[in-house]
Amino acid sequence: MIQTATKADTTEPMITMSDVGKWYGAFQALHDVDITVAKGERIVLCGPSGSGKSTLIRCINHLEAYQKGEIHVGGILLGHSSKTIDAVRREVGMVFQQFNLFPHLTVLQNCMLAPIRALGLSKAEAQERAKSLLERVKISEQAEKYPAQLSGGQQQRVAIARALCMRPKVMLFDEPTSALDPEMVKEVLDTMIALAEEGMTMICVTHEMGFARQVADRVIFMANGAIVEEAPPAEFFSNPQHERTRKFLGEILGRH
Amino acid sequence: MGREEFVFLLIGLKWTVALSIVAFVCGCVAGLVVALARTSGIAIVEGVTAFYIAIFQGTPLLMQLFVVYYGLALVGIRMDAWAAVSVGLTLHASAYLGEIWRGSIEAVPRGQTEAAKALALGYVSRMKDVVLPQAIRISLPATVGFLVQLIKGTSLASIVGFTELTRAGNIISNQIFQPITVFGIVGALYFIMCCPLTIWGAHLERRFAASAR
Repeated sequence: MIQTATKADTTEPMITMSDVGKWYGAFQALHDVDITVAKGERIVLCGPSGSGKSTLIRCINHLEAYQKGEIHVGGILLGHSSKTIDAVRREVGMVFQQFNLFPHLTVLQNCMLAPIRALGLSKAEAQERAKSLLERVKISEQAEKYPAQLSGGQQQRVAIARALCMRPKVMLFDEPTSALDPEMVKEVLDTMIALAEEGMTMICVTHEMGFARQVADRVIFMANGAIVEEAPPAEFFSNPQHERTRKFLGEILGRH
Repeated sequence: MGREEFVFLLIGLKWTVALSIVAFVCGCVAGLVVALARTSGIAIVEGVTAFYIAIFQGTPLLMQLFVVYYGLALVGIRMDAWAAVSVGLTLHASAYLGEIWRGSIEAVPRGQTEAAKALALGYVSRMKDVVLPQAIRISLPATVGFLVQLIKGTSLASIVGFTELTRAGNIISNQIFQPITVFGIVGALYFIMCCPLTIWGAHLERRFAASAR
């Protein structure tokens, strides 16, 4: 485990991925990916399906192993030992397309489990933390219900609260609104916007270009497992440099 | 058939119940180990457990009891009939329950494990708090079904000389020469144990099917 000496240095990037490569057998899913994410930076990652954007963020908390390059998160080199993997996972929250709440636990229990088991909080501390975060995502009145009793939008907000209960330094969002009915997208995006405004470092895989315009510091466009283009949203949308990007934007914005 | 004979059958029944409970409880503990080994992701461990399961699923229970009873005696481990059939049935149950639970563990959606990993939960917590509670619910109907099989399977213990319900019936039948009556009663006693469990299993299955919708 590499702990950098200059941890207090605020210019220290939160995440660096250098020359990261990933293969599924013979198929190369990520090609030489280089990304640096500063503390507090909000990144939107977009691209056609199969472009490797989900794979990329899943490498950051080692849900997928990478075979080449290096990933540093919060000053920790993400190796392949369970020790560094768990150290990174304690710092990185993740929200999934399918919510992945634990169906046999109540909303409150969903939020309390990991702080107790992975951070060693007492039950009372974990409960207090869970309640305050459920409050923050405006769902505290549902605390005693089971996930199946909630709407999709509510479930996704619980999933966000559950991740935040670990007090992560980084939040990863993997298409958090793609499985939602249209009328529920806004409540989840609003929660994410609020989180961004509080200064959370975020990487969001999403097709919500309105969210990208409003919140992102940088938009990264991927295709075929490689980064094609990255730019601040104003520039990205008004003046895309690559043909592949223009085609994608045409398809995705033309839809609406 | 007199009162004494009937009491003798009930003593046999007591041993059938005791044997079933021991085999099921010990089989559950060992079966959990088998199921976890079978889903460990470590190729050699999975291979060895797959072989273990295949052996018990691919040979008759009676032969397994023979091997434990006579085989262990041959290599110098003396056990009385009670211990031998308990061990034999436990091994048998561990293989079957292990396989049932392997299927149930794999039936829990992958996203559950991924969410648990993303929350920095270690293997023990992922299994204990997230995967197994869901897997056990999925496996309940099949587990209860196997328990019924196991109760009936204990009757084979009679062949190695353990006096459970079936052997007690045999003994009484040889004494009073009323096989139809005696085995009718023995059958009824098995039925009284197994039928409610079967109904309960079917009920669980319906309830599970309803909640999965």
